[in-house]
Amino acid sequence: MSNNNTASTLEKGVEVKNTTCYMCACRCGIRVTLRDGEIRYIQGNPDHPLNKGVICAKGSSGIMKQYSPARLTKPLKRREGAERGASDFEVISWDEAFEIMETRLRHLRETDPKKFALFTGRDQMQALTGLFAKNFGTPNYAAHGGFCSVNMAAGMIYTIGGSFWEFGGPDLERSKLFVMFGTAEDHHSNPLKIELANFKRNGGRFISINPVRSGYSAIADEWVPIKPGTDGALILALIHEIIKTGLYDRDFLTQYSNAAQLVNQDPDSDEFGMLVRGLEFDEGKIHPHDEMWWDRNTDSAVQTHTEAEPALMGEFTLDDGTPVKPAFQLLVERVKDYTPEWAEDITGVPAETIRRLAHEMGITARDEKIELPIAWTDAWGKDHETVTGNPVSFHAMRGLAAHSNGFHSIRSLSILMSILGTIDRPGGFRHKAPFPRPIPPCPKTPNGPQGVKPNTPLGGMPLGWPADPNDLFVDDDGEPVRLDKAFSWEYPLSVHGMMHNVITNAWRGDPYKIDTLMIFMANMAWNSTMNTVEVRKMLNDRDEDGEYKIPYIIVCDAFQSEMIAYADLVLPDTTYLERHDVMSMLDRPISEFDGPVDSVRVPVLPPKGECKPFQEVLIELGSRLGFPAFTHPDGTRKYRDYPDFITNFETEPGSGIGFLAGWRGKGGEKAMRGEPNPKQWEMYEKNNCVFHYELPKSYQYMRNWNQGYLEWAQYHRLTRYTDPINIHIYSEVLQKFRLAAQGKYGGKQPPERLRERIETYFDPLPFYYEPLEGQLSDKHKYPLNAVTQRPMAMYHSWDSQNAWLRQIHAHNYLYMSPQVGAAGGFEDGDWVWVESQHGRVRCMCRFSEAVEPGTVWTWNAIGKASGAWNLTPDANESQKGFLLNHLISEELPANKHGEHLSNSDPITGQAAWYDVQVRVYKADPSEKPQSSPQFDTMLPVPGEPERKSWLAWFAGKRPAKVNIGGRK
Amino acid sequence: MTQLALVIDLNVCVGCHACVTNCKQWNTSGAAGPLVDERPYGKDPTGTFFNRVQTFEVGEFPHTETVHFPKSCLHCEDPPCVPVCPTGASYKREEDGIVLVDYDKCIGCKYCSWACPYGAREIDEQQKVMKKCTLCVDRIYDESLPEAERKPACVLACPTSARLFGDVHDPESEVSIAIREQGGYPLMPEWGTQPSNHYLPRRKTKLKIHKDELVRVDNPLKKEGHLPKVDENESFLEDSASW
Repeated sequence: MSNNNTASTLEKGVEVKNTTCYMCACRCGIRVTLRDGEIRYIQGNPDHPLNKGVICAKGSSGIMKQYSPARLTKPLKRREGAERGASDFEVISWDEAFEIMETRLRHLRETDPKKFALFTGRDQMQALTGLFAKNFGTPNYAAHGGFCSVNMAAGMIYTIGGSFWEFGGPDLERSKLFVMFGTAEDHHSNPLKIELANFKRNGGRFISINPVRSGYSAIADEWVPIKPGTDGALILALIHEIIKTGLYDRDFLTQYSNAAQLVNQDPDSDEFGMLVRGLEFDEGKIHPHDEMWWDRNTDSAVQTHTEAEPALMGEFTLDDGTPVKPAFQLLVERVKDYTPEWAEDITGVPAETIRRLAHEMGITARDEKIELPIAWTDAWGKDHETVTGNPVSFHAMRGLAAHSNGFHSIRSLSILMSILGTIDRPGGFRHKAPFPRPIPPCPKTPNGPQGVKPNTPLGGMPLGWPADPNDLFVDDDGEPVRLDKAFSWEYPLSVHGMMHNVITNAWRGDPYKIDTLMIFMANMAWNSTMNTVEVRKMLNDRDEDGEYKIPYIIVCDAFQSEMIAYADLVLPDTTYLERHDVMSMLDRPISEFDGPVDSVRVPVLPPKGECKPFQEVLIELGSRLGFPAFTHPDGTRKYRDYPDFITNFETEPGSGIGFLAGWRGKGGEKAMRGEPNPKQWEMYEKNNCVFHYELPKSYQYMRNWNQGYLEWAQYHRLTRYTDPINIHIYSEVLQKFRLAAQGKYGGKQPPERLRERIETYFDPLPFYYEPLEGQLSDKHKYPLNAVTQRPMAMYHSWDSQNAWLRQIHAHNYLYMSPQVGAAGGFEDGDWVWVESQHGRVRCMCRFSEAVEPGTVWTWNAIGKASGAWNLTPDANESQKGFLLNHLISEELPANKHGEHLSNSDPITGQAAWYDVQVRVYKADPSEKPQSSPQFDTMLPVPGEPERKSWLAWFAGKRPAKVNIGGRK
Repeated sequence: MTQLALVIDLNVCVGCHACVTNCKQWNTSGAAGPLVDERPYGKDPTGTFFNRVQTFEVGEFPHTETVHFPKSCLHCEDPPCVPVCPTGASYKREEDGIVLVDYDKCIGCKYCSWACPYGAREIDEQQKVMKKCTLCVDRIYDESLPEAERKPACVLACPTSARLFGDVHDPESEVSIAIREQGGYPLMPEWGTQPSNHYLPRRKTKLKIHKDELVRVDNPLKKEGHLPKVDENESFLEDSASW
């Protein structure tokens, strides 16, 4: 039951409502107290499973977001004749806005749907935005994952069938040793803070491996400074040492991974590098599980998971003469030369430290075993009396991901976690529903241009998980179908799309020109883009005929961001306190280790001005355009509004699967699956806006191979297959791409210019290579690595102009070791230039002993354009604050693999934010003490609230008598 | 006699500023409010906060510690801000030891902020009165709140539970036990102010590995016939003795 105060105990004019926070992407439960209709207090909901009553600095500052003077409140149209970027708008009605969009988009859908592109900064409502794009029929859709952390998702999901953050994480409740790699200040936020504090109080040991000691790293028992982009080398050396000393979990590897499976080693065979399959191939099954082990008892190849003693090492010959090796043997050979001494030179971490870390991990995993008295049955039908845990856990995020070698670093980490035997076990890594999923997950994009047809939904998902080269979304010449070139041979596994290349590609018309670009909640003219100066020019660039190269830009946002100035049409979004929303199982829900959790957001305030939730915009447009998902066969609209859509939408008629898993069935009696329930929203509201399905204990662990769980997941339609999800120590998926590049795999072939690139990077085992930008930089001239992170008080928040939060961080510095200053002849606090091969930025430096001396870093997204976000033109954010984005290109310098390759991971297309190499030098004393570059001051737009020169926020009317308790 | 206070655990504080802004939002609309913000959207924004987090570095690379240090009024047992107040606006409550300012009596002379060695007081430039942490005196006795929530806002918000609240004069209270058992210390005791708030220090967990833990009979390499063997090319007695 809800803990709302009953009306009788509340002051007059006070009401309390539960909803879900959205000041960042964690989505904690909040309780909002209103007084006279104004927000008096936002607190963590103590009855919410995610945050258990706590709240962060952002969540506590929601008031200042709600009442921000940067709010957009009216639909706006760029004034006829006004330049993009000039912020010269006229107010229009929603009717007119919808008419403009309907006319334009109907034409595109009828003629060439790929000329409409929808990209969103949010990837926690892509169940709806993706549905819209698919129904439109455009392949050009993605959220921000490609420029955020897709390497983390892809590297882990292609290896263990799950990944960190929304889909899984460290079980700190039972862990004894926790190792965090490259996690910025706060990713994720409250849940990790709660768990980290409890972990430390329970005597756990916390090691942080990071170039910078800030945030979480500050409370680590040990900080291991490392050079950016070299984590892969460190992890491979850890694997080397763990294997060398026999500290791996042999039983776990043989039973639950492909480590013991035999790999064809005949270099002349088209099957080279593929797993050897048994002779009795069962055509009827998608996953026949006929891989082979080498049985040391009978000295012969046998089917896996039989009564055998599989060899992990050695080389063998099949009866037909084929030489084979267990996958683990190949891993042993791969890491043979990745010694701690080798890694020391690359990472800056002493070899002795690497050895000790490996021993700490291995010995803790082996000697601190947990045996929980939980019986379960594995996918092969074997009963187990207990669940075993090896209590070593890890967490990692963008520090590993945002490099062009991140995919292999993260594959390495997943393999490290696996050889320690920690996957979905107590004290190790635990999955969160709807994960684990098959490797790779089943959704696929269309595999060619035939999937894109006028007036027809896309012939597949806009984003998917290629399992082999024939799943690529390319034309007959092997060239991309998508504007961002995702799922092409340039970045085959770009499973979250590549938003960072959309504007450049659309501007250049490569692979083609588009007509309308719709951007939701992404500041692509500022901190969400690489190469900001040039991208702003592209947004405003015209062709020979005087037409904009990107003909029409629609931006939906709640705030006057830098991007708004470049819009032809501005749609004012609501804040999180003004709308309905869902954190859906079809998307990225807020599940816990013990079972699926989803939640909702309900309005606690009416929309400001004419603000309309983006969800309502999509439903309205989809209905007007007659999308199958939003209209009846006779063309009439199916859903009144977004709440009605959420209640009644089913993935297929009668499927019983909708956006929300809780209180389904006519009376709310069913969970996960069931008929639409007309009172579902009310039931969520009565239950803290959250639905938590706790799995039986026996289904809570070992879910990759847990028969009970897999059958439960299939019954509830979470997954199509009950086949065990064995860990891919060795990636046959990657090998298929390599074989294709070698001309040995039937079907699609890479263009000639990319064969070598595919062959190099699609290695079935992880390897270390220097990030691509580093390979193409003059490191003598640019010796330093530059990285960014966001401060906790602004992490993952989209509106850091917040009046309270900006008093914590109003401008940023470039942090560096005093050694950098000594070498360059400047002092702490001096104005300096930081320069890369792509550009330079003037900023203030700050010396720090908490940074690896070869690295400089700053807080990202503090710097703003003058006048943006309705800050005064002389605000610190624009005069002293700066973006590092100007130094980072969205494309690599031309090289042998092509001219316009994205500055991204060659496997996943992950934006390589942290690869940039820089130098720092003192600014001339005659220069203006102001950050550079500067931009023309952005003017306020019609409808923005008044900007006050001082605030004394007090919600509602002051009560007549304030009770301060007790007496004097 | 009761002395309410905060105990702040620096071992788990990650410097997230949740306490800072949650304090701000509770108190700006509460009995001690409003808490003014000057130039909230302009140059050098500044405002009244009862609680701030300072972050500093200790030591030299690579042996650097980064310390997040939340600080608010320490509710001293012998508060130097009280006797200097010419109007009696600053006072310490007998019943719970909370140090408060009576805004009706305060003339904004700032003597108290000069007297406070901790910099814990903040002048409201609009109202011209001195403001400071009240330990959320308008929450902790409010019987309309669930009992578990009758705590200062910063304590409720703190994601790492780094902030404990209670009576430091009660030896059995959670805060007294924490101070006693975990090395809790006051700030600058040499000033004789006897701060009631205490801090818990950083504590390190280490793992001692014995050499023989790396040599085990159940080493899985044994199964593969790959147990590490002594390299026969290394030095042996034979190399230097013939007996």
